[in-house]
Amino acid sequence: MPKVTINNMEIEVEQGTSILQAAETIGVEIPRFCYHDRLSVPANCRMCLVEVEGGPPKPVASCAMACSDGMVVKTESEMVKKARKGVMEMLLINHPLDCPICDQGGECDLQDQAYGYGFDRSRFHENKRAVKDKDLGPLIKTVMTRCINCTRCVRFAEEIAGTPVLGQFNRGEDAEIGTYINEIVNTELSGNLVDICPVGALTSKPYAFKARSWELEKTETIDVHDAVGSNIRVDSRGREVMRILPRLHEEVNEEWISDRSRYSYDGLAKSRLDRPFVRDEESGKLREADWNEAFDLIKARLSGLKGEEIAAFAGDLADVESVVALKDFMTSLGSPNMDCRTDGAYFDETKRAGYLFNSGISGIDEADAILLVGTNPRHEATIINARIRRAWLERKIPISLVGEAVDLTYPYVHLGDFPKSVENLVKEYAGKVKSKKPMMIVGMNAFRRPDGQAIHGMLQEAAEDLGIVKKGWNGFNILHDAAGRVGALDVGFVPQKGGKGFADILAGTKDGSIKVLFMLNADEFNARVNVGWKTFVVYIGHHGDHGAQRADVVLPSAAYTEKDALYVNTEGRVQMAKRAVSPPGDARVDWTILRAISNHIDKPLPYDSQHELRDRVFEEWPHLSKIDQIELAKWGKFGKKTRIQKDAFAGNALGYYLTNAICRASPTMNKCTQAFKQDIEYKEAAE
Amino acid sequence: MKKPFDLNAEYQPEHFKFSEKYQKLADKAIALYPKGKQQSAVMPLLDLAQRQVAEEGAKATPVYGGWIPRAAMDHIAEVLDMHKVKVYEVASFYSMYNTAPVGQYLVQFCTTTPCWLCGSSDIVNACKNHLGIDLGETTKDGKFTLMEVECLGACVNAPMIQINDDYYEDLTAASVVEVLEVLAQGLKPQIGSQTGRKSSMSSAGPTTLKEEAKKAKVV
Repeated sequence: MPKVTINNMEIEVEQGTSILQAAETIGVEIPRFCYHDRLSVPANCRMCLVEVEGGPPKPVASCAMACSDGMVVKTESEMVKKARKGVMEMLLINHPLDCPICDQGGECDLQDQAYGYGFDRSRFHENKRAVKDKDLGPLIKTVMTRCINCTRCVRFAEEIAGTPVLGQFNRGEDAEIGTYINEIVNTELSGNLVDICPVGALTSKPYAFKARSWELEKTETIDVHDAVGSNIRVDSRGREVMRILPRLHEEVNEEWISDRSRYSYDGLAKSRLDRPFVRDEESGKLREADWNEAFDLIKARLSGLKGEEIAAFAGDLADVESVVALKDFMTSLGSPNMDCRTDGAYFDETKRAGYLFNSGISGIDEADAILLVGTNPRHEATIINARIRRAWLERKIPISLVGEAVDLTYPYVHLGDFPKSVENLVKEYAGKVKSKKPMMIVGMNAFRRPDGQAIHGMLQEAAEDLGIVKKGWNGFNILHDAAGRVGALDVGFVPQKGGKGFADILAGTKDGSIKVLFMLNADEFNARVNVGWKTFVVYIGHHGDHGAQRADVVLPSAAYTEKDALYVNTEGRVQMAKRAVSPPGDARVDWTILRAISNHIDKPLPYDSQHELRDRVFEEWPHLSKIDQIELAKWGKFGKKTRIQKDAFAGNALGYYLTNAICRASPTMNKCTQAFKQDIEYKEAAE
Repeated sequence: MKKPFDLNAEYQPEHFKFSEKYQKLADKAIALYPKGKQQSAVMPLLDLAQRQVAEEGAKATPVYGGWIPRAAMDHIAEVLDMHKVKVYEVASFYSMYNTAPVGQYLVQFCTTTPCWLCGSSDIVNACKNHLGIDLGETTKDGKFTLMEVECLGACVNAPMIQINDDYYEDLTAASVVEVLEVLAQGLKPQIGSQTGRKSSMSSAGPTTLKEEAKKAKVV
């Protein structure tokens, strides 16, 4: 391994490490624009120039020069300073001086580095160039005159997002970044283009001119728009969430987040429930009420009911604490009827390994073959899809898909649409799989059918036959699409002994056997159609969506940015969301509402604070106390051995942008749906 | 300067396919590169597409010259299994690929310093007046497009122009018009120096190696 000396410090680095990377390991920072550690190296900005003693008598670009043995590098010499000043002067020739009105101002690489290397006046007397702005869709605003042609966005779109629509056209002074045919950037990762742009050329359209970065309060929390559990930072001002940015977590989202996570925040201020509502008996419409009236009504409707006549759902966005509180509440009422799978998925939840992404998200980096079953990871977990894409890009691993054939941004073999396709695969390859670490990723669409349990059992056997589960490797991965699901399954929010599941409860509301139904954040199904009108429905949630429209009592609760809460992601990683802003109006944190109801009906839940509730949770489920850790699950037999129907796996009906109550309330997400649908129409017309 | 182009413009034809003759040449170009690296053939293929269009254009009325339509770039992207945008990048970078329609004879004036010192401005003006069009424009009959370019590397024989694949050097305002007139009649003017000097020999005749020059019968 080569030994190099950087600024009189000697270090040993691995073969192939660039000077810039080596310098970083010892804390010597080298300025750069085009270099990004997750993208390829074009070496075109020339800002990272350093002096190499004994090398050529000119500065070298440290991002592209590999360390060799005995190299002596200086990063602060006169030659280096002069070179960088020259580069900076050239970059600033055409860069407008509009920092005061630029959204990147205050967090701009060019601005920061101009402080170090900039010259206080211009020696350029010719005309400045101006570049026409491009239309990149409803999420990204462009001011192309600010562009310094670092090509980070071009490389991101091509390498990470897998949708190469950006390119650098023309040459010399006319060189500009653009899309070739005014096509909008149709990727679920487009928000990251804003993050990687080192200047203000690409900025966030919804956030444009809304706030300055230094006046925002920053809260580090967890995203709930999919089951990935991306680490995010919520920037807020007062009671308003101004923007959402990704936070680095190598094993989960690296430094990317998907557009739904980043841009749906404007839905947090729209259609919010900010006071209790009750359904007026005369008009049949919801009217405003106060908490006591609502609680009295619930008490009246609960009195005299048997446990079996009461049921509860926990929806996609429900946090662990609230689910436990709801479960305890139901237990105190003597009800065994509860389910958290409100999307209609049936699978065997008795074995934890049967519903987890067992290899972990970073396991994809080790996998050498991937089989996708009934899933569209591009929509269900964009960040995981980006990892699969990287595995294909870097290692060319074989990927096959059973289910709806869609564009996943990488090529795959489509084995068919049917459960039979998996069985055929097993017949052909059982015991003959050469891959050392094969992986199966199963989406919820494989289970959203009456024979879901049988499919679960069939996949369990297939996993063993195909060597997906063996000693030292468990590649059986369930990809959930709801942030609250794994947490709710972990605490056993499923039908208790003799209890009813999702479909049976809905049937019970129609035939009158279920008299009262509690819905915690359950907005995934059309409750107005599916819940019988004789049943008394109590909805606890934060948006006036499907659940609230059907409810007889609506109790306003806090959204994910407004409460401290635990979430468990699809791989079983426990993460903690933090309160960034306070809930609007009368809205309260979910579990406190349940605590208040329980008090009102004289069956108080045994905890008065979040601490006591968490103690209660950690006592029964100790693995939930290990924040940011994954408790590995033991493999075993699960699923049923009943007949599997011939029907094909269903596709994703919801699309990407409108999957939960927050997104459906978000103007930006609705704009996206429109924009990208138009794009589809445009393509069809062109063909 | 290269003509600005628009890939959504109306003049873009819908389809493009290599003719038999050009398909053979394209296959040959692709075969030069190792398997999996066939993208390297993007430049020869773009050139072939432009030449095919020029051949078609010479037979059309009104005539037109060689340029690369978007359909051709899309076709090449497909053939070479690369992203369309990468082909557009290459085509937009190099000045010798015309990405918008041009006349049958693309007249490229070198106006860089040596040519300019030797009177390239007069050459440009003479052509403008003769054809009645400005730089960047095409004559109505589709025969000529005028274009200003940077140094073409024939400074010894300045001033010079390039028309399609050929250089015309040592020009004067009169001789350049003559060249255009000959071309307009569909004939081929003498290429190279218009004063009759051999390649880039000194304009006053050989100054060294005189014996050898005589033997080679260049003077």
